[in-house]
Amino acid sequence: MKKFNKIFTVLVYIFLYAPILVLIVFSFNSTKSTIDFTGFTLKWYRELFTRPDLLKLLMNTLIIAVIASVVSTVLGTMAAVGISSMKRRSRSMVLTATNIPMTNPDIVTGVSLALLFVFAGTFLRINDVFGFWTLLIAHITFCLPYVILSVLPKIKQMDKNLTDAALDLGCTPTQSFFKIMLPEILPGIISGATMAFTLSLDDFVISYFVYGASFSTLPIEIYSYTKKPMPPTVFVLFTIMFTVIFLLLFFMNMAEYKKSKKKKIDL
Amino acid sequence: MSDVIIQLENISVAFGGTDILKNLNLTIKDKEFVTFLGPSGCGKTTTLRIIGGFVRPDSGAVYFDGYNINDTPPYKRQVNTVFQRYALFPHLNVFENIAFGLRIKKLPEKEIKEKVMQMIERVNLKGFANRKTNNLSGGQQQRVAIARALINNPRVLLLDEPLGALDMKLRKDMQMELKKIQQESNITFIYVTHDQEEALSMSDRVVVMDNGIIQQIGTPQDIYNEPSNAFVADFIGESNILDGIMIEDYMVSIFGQKYKCLDKGFDRYEPVDVVIRPEDIQILDPDKSSLSGVITNVTFKGVHYEIIVDIKGFKWMIQSTEFHRVGEWIGIALLPDLIHVMKKSEYSGQFGDYSSYSEEYDALSDDSEESSDEFSEQEEEL
Amino acid sequence: MRTKTKFLAVPYLLWMTIFIIAPLLFVAYFAFTDSAGNFSFQNIIKLGDYIPVFITSIWLGAVAAFLCLIIAYPVAYFIANTSEKWQKFLIMLIMLPMCMSFLLRTIAWVSLLSDNGIINNTLTAIGLSPLPLIRNNGAVILGMVYNYLPFMIMPLYTVLVKMDSSVINAARDLGANSFQVFRRVILPMSLPGIVTGITMVFVPAVSTFYISRKLGNTSLTMIGDVIESQFKTAYNPNLGAAMSLGLMVLIFICMGIMNRFSKDEEDILL
Repeated sequence: MKKFNKIFTVLVYIFLYAPILVLIVFSFNSTKSTIDFTGFTLKWYRELFTRPDLLKLLMNTLIIAVIASVVSTVLGTMAAVGISSMKRRSRSMVLTATNIPMTNPDIVTGVSLALLFVFAGTFLRINDVFGFWTLLIAHITFCLPYVILSVLPKIKQMDKNLTDAALDLGCTPTQSFFKIMLPEILPGIISGATMAFTLSLDDFVISYFVYGASFSTLPIEIYSYTKKPMPPTVFVLFTIMFTVIFLLLFFMNMAEYKKSKKKKIDL
Repeated sequence: MSDVIIQLENISVAFGGTDILKNLNLTIKDKEFVTFLGPSGCGKTTTLRIIGGFVRPDSGAVYFDGYNINDTPPYKRQVNTVFQRYALFPHLNVFENIAFGLRIKKLPEKEIKEKVMQMIERVNLKGFANRKTNNLSGGQQQRVAIARALINNPRVLLLDEPLGALDMKLRKDMQMELKKIQQESNITFIYVTHDQEEALSMSDRVVVMDNGIIQQIGTPQDIYNEPSNAFVADFIGESNILDGIMIEDYMVSIFGQKYKCLDKGFDRYEPVDVVIRPEDIQILDPDKSSLSGVITNVTFKGVHYEIIVDIKGFKWMIQSTEFHRVGEWIGIALLPDLIHVMKKSEYSGQFGDYSSYSEEYDALSDDSEESSDEFSEQEEEL
Repeated sequence: MRTKTKFLAVPYLLWMTIFIIAPLLFVAYFAFTDSAGNFSFQNIIKLGDYIPVFITSIWLGAVAAFLCLIIAYPVAYFIANTSEKWQKFLIMLIMLPMCMSFLLRTIAWVSLLSDNGIINNTLTAIGLSPLPLIRNNGAVILGMVYNYLPFMIMPLYTVLVKMDSSVINAARDLGANSFQVFRRVILPMSLPGIVTGITMVFVPAVSTFYISRKLGNTSLTMIGDVIESQFKTAYNPNLGAAMSLGLMVLIFICMGIMNRFSKDEEDILL
């Protein structure tokens, strides 16, 4: 049974990584074909830097992801602190509402926001409402619940007396938040922010309904290749991003593992 | 009244529709060791948190040194707290935990270092300064918590079940040490516990609470020897509580028998509760006593035997150094100075008979009390 | 003190009201009006024409969710029972694809599955006849399973790794064999993870439009396709909103049914 599980798991990992491997391999392909590998080349890597359009989209995507994750982390952390001190009934009401964007299909979230933006556009007499701001607002909106739901358990786990102890020892409520609560819930905040960042980076469905001609992102561009042939430079971009994220995750894991190991030895 | 440091006046608190404290009045003297004693949910922790500034009373006033401090936030009070389960800051080491209050006051680094090292020595934690707090034993964490509070030179130290998480042996040692620290530092200690033994052995005065009401205030001796009602008598130590009728001053009738006692000031023929401590009862030959019955249970307790005897349907507990067998027929003697008469109260009839006596039951209720205590007090806050 | 911290949630509550609650009200408003803005049931009635679309979507989503469960369980179980070091690494590898463009990864499947794609080319090269791997429902389900499998593995892993091994030992001690231990102890205890996993796979699968377009038969229409085209090409937002409302109701019902299987789900989620 154990052996079966092991082999099965290996097969599943191959299944998960086969398409990724295909994309990486074809970023080195000498022709534009995504089926026949005709020879190794780095020319697409060079070409990427001569394609300001792709780099600009990448930049846009990163700008949105950074701002959306920062804003949603700040707002979400504040909200989590606030929610945790609410009375039970109002707390569960707010949490139910918070769950809506998580359980609603992305397409519904996207469509509903699009309807709101169109309305706001006509109401405020803005000609082309869709663009940077609508994208940013949408991204913050779908990131917020993830931040809140990763910070909230940390607040719950925290000994309620800790903040009281800080007040007792002379901290003002603000000092007590920054000196005591923040370090305690930091892991939750970081994981929330990371989640928000990656979700925003890769979001296509919601962005697709709220982007405008003035401001677009990489996933939307990739979608537009449904009709035109995909340039291998996109695969190059994918390969670079994959490598960066892989290394980032890998070293984060290593650091965490070393830390937890050290803790055990201390005990 | 210059030696009064804290005064609580007509304090009432309710959380979510339930009354936690009902019109509480209390005066605490400077340099006194006062203990709030009571079962879970009696309001003792809430009272402490009112003094600490973490709970605002719905009505009533808190005075500190004669000044009303109702609106003074915790960080401006000359009061420090040792919290339940210590509430040490997990991201700071022992040194930084203790230095916390001084750093907030922005004392010069040199002074902080000096004071903290002094304090570390005082609580016997030398060599632990750079340890993470979660690697310490319960007793050590306890010392850090005390040091962290004491270093701020509070006028009053509040201790919320500080020994609750320690094992029996360590508890006894820490009791002695806490008492010593209080005497050395020469400040007021307000201590919250549900452990009556702890309360009796450490305090100058004990405040027994139940249901948000103070049942009795007094020295440990007063509380033990002259409980004011059936609740106090039962909560502090073991007691047999019987229905009696006060015939006249210095004369009470139990089971139709008249006994001499030292109590007076009741109406003639007033129904009363009579307390007789198990260790005060003498065992006699059945024919030498008007009260006699059969032994139903004997438990060896180390220093003495605990004997349950059924006399006219009422099960008495007797503590005796002599061994008696189950089934033996014995008589008992009640001496005047060992009989204590109390007014009838809402608690009358709830306590005092050992008919449902079982040791496991006792142990169980003790444990659950501790854990549910925390829980209920936490819930109160929500 | 505590009463004041409550107000920290106010900016979020405002945000939520404007950008979560209000947009949903707009969906409802559009669903019950015609293009001129008059109250009308015409869009809701028109949903009747799309019942086959709903059925196809639910069927494909349900099959994908079920397959994900069957595949994810042994994987999650295996990961949960390896050493801590391996667990971290393997979970990282599960999460990694979730961070990468799902559009591109789906396109990669196109080049793998096409009639003269990598797999079929390999098959012909070794003398076998090529298989019809793409432009059918099988390919759509494969795309769904591929994309959403991590969403099933993660919650299952979370419940399995938290499971107290002494409980399993206790079951053994009481005479249960391996199968009985699984059937009577491990499986019921992992139910909350299963429910979360199925929801997390089913919801995006049932509402997808990209996967069906890239891998499915041209005649295949899913709910997502209809909504997308109403907003992007046919421009009938009223019908699109009605479809969205239908989708929400559908998912609400499915979740309700799922939740009946596990009442403790919330405890795990929070």
